[in-house]
Amino acid sequence: MVDDVREQILPTAHPPEGGVDLADADAVLPATDAGLAGPDAPPARPASPAGSGTTTPEEEWISVATQRQLIWARFRRHKLAMAGAVVVVLFYFVALGADFFAYADPSAADAGRSFIPPQRVHLLDGWRPSPHVNPIRGERDPTTFQLHYVTDTSQRIPVRLFARGYPYKFLGVIPTDIHFIGTGRTRAEESLFLFGTDQLGRDIFSRLMIATRTSLFIGLAGVALSLFLGVLLGGISGYYGGIVDTVIQRMIEILRSIPTIPLWMGLAAAMPRDWGPMRIYFVITLIVSFIGWTELGRVVRGRFLQIRGEDFVTAAELAGSRPRRIIFVHMMPLFASHIIATTTLALPLMIVAETSLSFLGLGLRPPAISWGVMLQQAQNIQAIALSPWMMLPVVPVVLAILAFNFFGDGLRDAADPYHVG
Amino acid sequence: MLSYIGRRLALGLFTIWAVSVLSFVIIQLPPGDFATSYLAKLTESGNASAALEADRIRAHYGLDQPLFVQYFRWLGRVLHGDFGMSFDWNRPVSEVIGDRLALSMVVALAAILFTWAVALPIGIYSAVRKYTIGDYILTLLGFFGLAVPSFLLALVLMYFGFVVFGASVGGLYSAPFEHAPWSIAKIMDLLKHLIIPAVVLGISGTAQLIRIMRANLLDELGKPYVVTGRAKGLPEWRLIGKYPVRVALNPFASSIGFLFPQVVSGAIIVSVVLSLPTVGPLLLSALQAQDMFLAGAIVLLLGVMTVIGTLVSDLVLMWLDPRIRHGR
Repeated sequence: MVDDVREQILPTAHPPEGGVDLADADAVLPATDAGLAGPDAPPARPASPAGSGTTTPEEEWISVATQRQLIWARFRRHKLAMAGAVVVVLFYFVALGADFFAYADPSAADAGRSFIPPQRVHLLDGWRPSPHVNPIRGERDPTTFQLHYVTDTSQRIPVRLFARGYPYKFLGVIPTDIHFIGTGRTRAEESLFLFGTDQLGRDIFSRLMIATRTSLFIGLAGVALSLFLGVLLGGISGYYGGIVDTVIQRMIEILRSIPTIPLWMGLAAAMPRDWGPMRIYFVITLIVSFIGWTELGRVVRGRFLQIRGEDFVTAAELAGSRPRRIIFVHMMPLFASHIIATTTLALPLMIVAETSLSFLGLGLRPPAISWGVMLQQAQNIQAIALSPWMMLPVVPVVLAILAFNFFGDGLRDAADPYHVG
Repeated sequence: MLSYIGRRLALGLFTIWAVSVLSFVIIQLPPGDFATSYLAKLTESGNASAALEADRIRAHYGLDQPLFVQYFRWLGRVLHGDFGMSFDWNRPVSEVIGDRLALSMVVALAAILFTWAVALPIGIYSAVRKYTIGDYILTLLGFFGLAVPSFLLALVLMYFGFVVFGASVGGLYSAPFEHAPWSIAKIMDLLKHLIIPAVVLGISGTAQLIRIMRANLLDELGKPYVVTGRAKGLPEWRLIGKYPVRVALNPFASSIGFLFPQVVSGAIIVSVVLSLPTVGPLLLSALQAQDMFLAGAIVLLLGVMTVIGTLVSDLVLMWLDPRIRHGR
């Protein structure tokens, strides 16, 4: 299930040539952009056919544009990718200011208000904009002692922007108690319950904000680690070739042909129960990236193989440059954009991996809050049948995966602006 | 051709060996050896000869030997079909797993069959009717299919199943068939229950396969032989079905190579959500109880099954595509 996002991309990028053995497909190099060397090489497609003297301003611009401008121009054409980029930026915006966007203490439990359904926000008072909510009161049925909630429509609680709430440190440094929205009141029943509460009476909206931070940053950390592994091993494999290449390629093939989830589960389950949240966080990142680097490794190797034969690399070698200099100064700038695109596409994999593990109770554990940890409460049918809003974290998970995929897809298409797609 | 088969077989064997090492690592990872956890369990239940028993186990499994010796002894026992004891169930691992592994494979195969059955017509349709409303809608649906992790889809489906039918959609058998012997009626019941897991697990693979099929067929449709056929007056459906579709079909066979690990992998979590009697929930509970022989055996068996599945798909591909048969 998790490998799917990774595989999704390959076939359309370079459609498999009929029945070429998939395992060796990466050895067949797309010849399309070979020969388009450095960033300062002239574009392969002349802006105007030789001979005809007429060029539109558009074409003239293309012939003098830098690679970065070309990438941007190409990326902008991709509408879905632009939308994806906006959503991704919004996600990280929320992640950075998670405490600011949360209006209630995400860990404050109160058994007296468990499973409050999502609350309706009234935006207008007649025709005047005045966002408010009605207070919610819990009542126990006198015979069954079951708790149910009634909305008191006679009273209104105005919803304010930049209201005061629980104290926190903005960006981890600035102590404050100002939140994006809130009622500014301290009594429990006068708070907001935008997405309702969970079994322990914790506010789901606020928990979602914090969970976004955890899940997105675990994705980032995981991707950073697999980037390191992928570039290192893929680079070695592509640059040196020969037996080293064969060994690393077989390793990647093996890792890709084993079902990943049981492997993750096995590794994650080995963590001692008494470890602190930080250590668990770190180990989960490690496990997730341990398997996620293979795609990056393949991409880097493919590009290395392709570029290694170029004249400018031979020239640098003849001029006596060391491998490290050739790799980082001469070759890296050429495929940096590809690496960035592949990295973006690897992020949703990491997010799904963390969510799956935490959902099964093998990843992050409470008191940590992540999408997977929140979804864990929605595991049994009783819970979701009675309080379906427990499934809400599904929405950001799917949204994030879609956005990252569209974004990465567009980046990958744009990464090679000379390639006629 | 023989050398190709040989290479595939060698790689398969090598992968199985790597899986066995990984499984052994998983067995070894938790702190303390399993005799210790067994000892703790026995002491808990008030067994007086617990220490003696633990020593006996240590000697039997060679826990006092160096790691690589332990590995080879474990491997030797596994090759004889002895996967060790499940300490949580207090029964041999092979007994605990029973027919769950077979059911796991049935679920995975059902998902792949679903994938093929759906992806083939839709892929052809999207390619032939390129850039029509239908193509756009199917492409968009495909994106969603790719983005939604299967266990979340299972969760949402379960909720709707509960709301609409008022009953749980989980499980693989209806209650009366749970412990009944195999019969036609039980198989029919099983097939009925297979639909939801197959759809849930197959959906992301379907989306991928549609994209592959569409791209491949689009490549073929513009080729001169198609134009020739059309110029000679072949009916359109016969022309497309007989020539370009056949050429574009090859990736279908090779897709098992990546679909299979993916489906087996996804089936673990989906089985937990839908409470299917496959190895998924068993693996989870084994890991939670640190019942490592059981967990290691499941990881190993799943890995081996996947490798065999991939190998079969490679051979099918070779049989289908003369370029591979004669290429090397």
